[in-house]
Amino acid sequence: METYLLLKVLWWVLLGVLLMGLAIMVGMDMGVGTILRYVGRNDAERRVALNIVGPHWDGNQVWFILGGGAIFAAWPLIYATAFSGFYVVMLLLLWTMIVRPLGFEYRSKLPSPQWRSAWDWTLFVSGFVPMLVFGAAIGNLLQGVPFHFDWNLTSRYTGSFIELLNPFAILCGALSVAMSVWMGATMVMNRAEGAIRERAGRIGSWSGIAGLLLFTLGGFWVSRMQGYHLVQGPDPGLAQTPLRQVVERASGDWLANFRAHAILWLVPAATYAGLLAGLAALRKGASHLAWWLGALAWVGVIGTVGAAMFPFMMPSSSEPAHSLTVWNSSSSRYTLAWMLGFTLVFMPLILWYTSWAFWVMRGKVSTQRIESDEHAY
Amino acid sequence: MIDNTVVELSRWQFAATALYHFLFVPLTLGLSFLLAAMETVYVTTGRDIYRRMAHFWGKLFLINFALGVATGLTMEFQFGTNWSFYSSFVGDTFGAPLAIEGLMAFFMESTFVGLMVFGWERLTRAQHLIVTYLVALGSNLSAVWILVANGFMQDPQGAHFNPLTMRMELTSFADLIFNSDAQSKFVHTSIAGYVTAAMFVGGISAFYMLRGRHMELARRSFRMAALFGVLATAGVITLGDALGFVGGQAQPTKLAAMEALWKTEPAPMPFNVVAAPSQSARRNLWEIQVPAALSLLVTHTLDGTVPAVDELEQRAAERIRNGIPAVAALKRLAQDPADAQAMAQFRAHEKDLGYGFLVQRYAPGQDASKATPDAIERAARDTIPQVAPIFWSFRIMVGLGLLMLGYFILAVIYTLRNQVEHKRGFLRVALWSIPVPFIACEMGWLVAEIGRQPWTVYQILPTWMSASTHSVAYLAFSLTGFVVLYSIFIAIEMYLMVKAIRDGPDPDGPVDTVPPAEAAAGPGMAGAAMPFASRWEG
Ligand code: HDD
Ligand code: HEM
Ligand code: HEM
Repeated sequence: METYLLLKVLWWVLLGVLLMGLAIMVGMDMGVGTILRYVGRNDAERRVALNIVGPHWDGNQVWFILGGGAIFAAWPLIYATAFSGFYVVMLLLLWTMIVRPLGFEYRSKLPSPQWRSAWDWTLFVSGFVPMLVFGAAIGNLLQGVPFHFDWNLTSRYTGSFIELLNPFAILCGALSVAMSVWMGATMVMNRAEGAIRERAGRIGSWSGIAGLLLFTLGGFWVSRMQGYHLVQGPDPGLAQTPLRQVVERASGDWLANFRAHAILWLVPAATYAGLLAGLAALRKGASHLAWWLGALAWVGVIGTVGAAMFPFMMPSSSEPAHSLTVWNSSSSRYTLAWMLGFTLVFMPLILWYTSWAFWVMRGKVSTQRIESDEHAY
Repeated sequence: MIDNTVVELSRWQFAATALYHFLFVPLTLGLSFLLAAMETVYVTTGRDIYRRMAHFWGKLFLINFALGVATGLTMEFQFGTNWSFYSSFVGDTFGAPLAIEGLMAFFMESTFVGLMVFGWERLTRAQHLIVTYLVALGSNLSAVWILVANGFMQDPQGAHFNPLTMRMELTSFADLIFNSDAQSKFVHTSIAGYVTAAMFVGGISAFYMLRGRHMELARRSFRMAALFGVLATAGVITLGDALGFVGGQAQPTKLAAMEALWKTEPAPMPFNVVAAPSQSARRNLWEIQVPAALSLLVTHTLDGTVPAVDELEQRAAERIRNGIPAVAALKRLAQDPADAQAMAQFRAHEKDLGYGFLVQRYAPGQDASKATPDAIERAARDTIPQVAPIFWSFRIMVGLGLLMLGYFILAVIYTLRNQVEHKRGFLRVALWSIPVPFIACEMGWLVAEIGRQPWTVYQILPTWMSASTHSVAYLAFSLTGFVVLYSIFIAIEMYLMVKAIRDGPDPDGPVDTVPPAEAAAGPGMAGAAMPFASRWEG
């Protein structure tokens, strides 16, 4: 049974890695969408910004799709409970997200300024809203979600959708938007010149400061909120359902893991280190470095949530005993093992050809080049 | 308690969004390979017209691709949002191919499509060609995995229900992916995509020939499409037959519905060419039959028989009675997993658990153990899907398939004889037939999916249990949203597509003459690379 336990933990780590990949890569593209109308003051400038991520947004978006698929395969109960419980906000995320492919692909197909400006707005919405919802969803997980199960594990969400947009969730959403703007802005700086680069630098700095403040505020909030702890449950290495455990709630519980293992403080520290050093790098114009430091900060943010909640993944606020944890919501050992095999083979391959694609498209994007290329967005 | 309206609306939503997604999928599957073929000729012969072809069709490809991606995204999450019980019940098994699809196919397809578009100037010709092939390979690999997933719902192999976790747990990965239903589905469906692309390219080329525009590009594209199409259509028909064979064995209820068979008859069974099936009268109001043909078509022998509705309902009633104790035992196990007696009872009846679930819907208080004989009979009738839509969708698909085969044979003959441009009537048919393969594809999915009812996982999990426990208001909201959004999308897409076609390749360039260098090179050189491309140049 020890292997099963190990597989569950590994898949918890892998889920974290996927969420980080999603946040960093998709977040970057969405950040570009969010700041598009600010960094690009006219059509030519906006096209520069769009074409910077143009060759990559589709590949990056697969982090999001894979996130869905991997949760389905490895954490079926979470996939089922979270996405049905979050129904209305989930649709908000999906609907805003799916206009993005059209925005990229169709925007520059017609010369009309109204047409293009309309698509620029949709690109803004489809960058800003999904990142807000992404952060808000994580905020809701930290607070616990009102759901419970029937005898046969039919999940029932008993809240309203409005309560998913509570102040703490909005704060988390804002943090996520700020971080995505950081990633987008630094990427635009990497590959643009002149006024566009300058504006990106400006908004990048603001987003870094906002990120620091929001993360700090969120940290204080979490330290006071009701956390959850597992009092009793089946052996973690066993196959089980979330119907036979005892869970208690107390304010400050989300710090319990940090108290027990002081080394975990390094995780939130990575966020501070990333953003502070990143701000310094931005000042010097070292945007590549700033991008990577932003990625480090994202690792810190998602890692912090994971470290605080472990082993909880989706606590129930209305029926805490039905909370979903790393131990009770994974799929079977055999599936986890096969999926791990596939991940170990394909993930390095994906990282390799993704890097190759970025390498091929390296260098500055300029207005002239876009106008001479009939394929440009 | 599960609200039936919610189940109905969830089905409508899934069906609408899936059928909509599949408007864009076939063209991606087929056109990506045609693009790769065009580019191959370009790279091997260096003839610029093939580069221009790849560029032009590539533009149309991308307009379609964007919507394929957009509508696929919502599908990926819809199992969780709308089919949450289904998702937790089979995620172990069904989620795996979906995740692998992301890892193996979508990443490849989507990363390289970026390079395919933006990489013309930055990659060597050979590199760009490889990139194009990787896009084609990626999209076709995605079809493999999604159809493995769908194949599991049609014919659940490789998994076993564990009463202690309430899930179908994967027991054999090999059985899951080498499921013969999934394999034949993959081949049939991806080739259907090639047919679609061939009709599309042929039809638009015909449009140019009718207008006398871009003749060079149109002739060559038409010829490639015709040859690609005739092979693909022959393949889709052969494999459709194989699929019927495999599927008929795995899902006798679907087969009975496809052929509108109400009464089991001795061999050799007659084939209903057309009929008016009536679900309530449980017979065909009228029918036109070919004697003995059904035995031949379906079992490939003269003395084969297939069970009809009457016999299938009796079998179902028996399995329902056997499944009721399984549900009862499962409930006790949920209370106390250590209850050995309940476990023994469960094991004795577990193979009919799904039928026990099915009857709950008609039992008082949705409690299977209270099922009356009347409830059992209603549930047994429920195991027969809606015959008329399946029967007709199937005939439309097959009929269109045969028509397309005829069309492509003519197209090949005309193009090899260099007569197409003069056959104006034929060119008009080609243009107006562009929607035909799309209709055939949608009909195919209707057969496959309506024919699977009342199950989401055949004989294991009923559809009515699978849905999320939403309110009707939620479903009304989401369905409305999808309808509004998707209608806007299709309007924009069609507008851009038509505009790009009207503008044609190189809207500002003079392109209608054969470049002298190429004409001088004569058939010898072109013939080496592509024998069929050379005929009109000699
Ligand atoms: C037989 C083929 C087939 C079938 C049955 C489906 N798809 Fe699909 N899908 C494709 C073949 C495909 C494709 C050819 O690979 C697409 C279509 C256009 C495109 O851009 O890629 C695609 C795109 C696509 C995308 C976007 C991928 C990207 O960004 O590259 C997602 C997330 C899905 N699909 C998910 C689904 C789900 C969850 C389905 C089941 C309900 C489904 N598809 C049915
Ligand atoms: C894109 C191609 C597909 C099309 C056109 C399609 C079509 C349909 C249709 C018409 C229905 C409604 C049937 C009914 O309610 O009577 C349906 C239901 C459903 N299909 Fe498919 N389907 C497709 C692919 C898939 C795939 C690949 C899967 C699984 C991976 C799948 C899973 C489902 C589920 C879960 C339902 C809802 C439950 C139900 O009503 O049966 N479908 N689909
Ligand atoms: C002409 C002979 C054809 C035969 C005998 C045939 C047979 C079948 C059968 C039996 C199914 C149902 C699969 C199931 O049991 O679930 C099916 C599904 C399907 N067919 Fe056909 N088909 C033919 C032509 C075509 C054509 C011309 C197209 C499109 C160009 C097409 C596209 C599809 C699609 C997309 C599906 C749904 C996916 C699947 O279940 O594989 N078929 N076909």
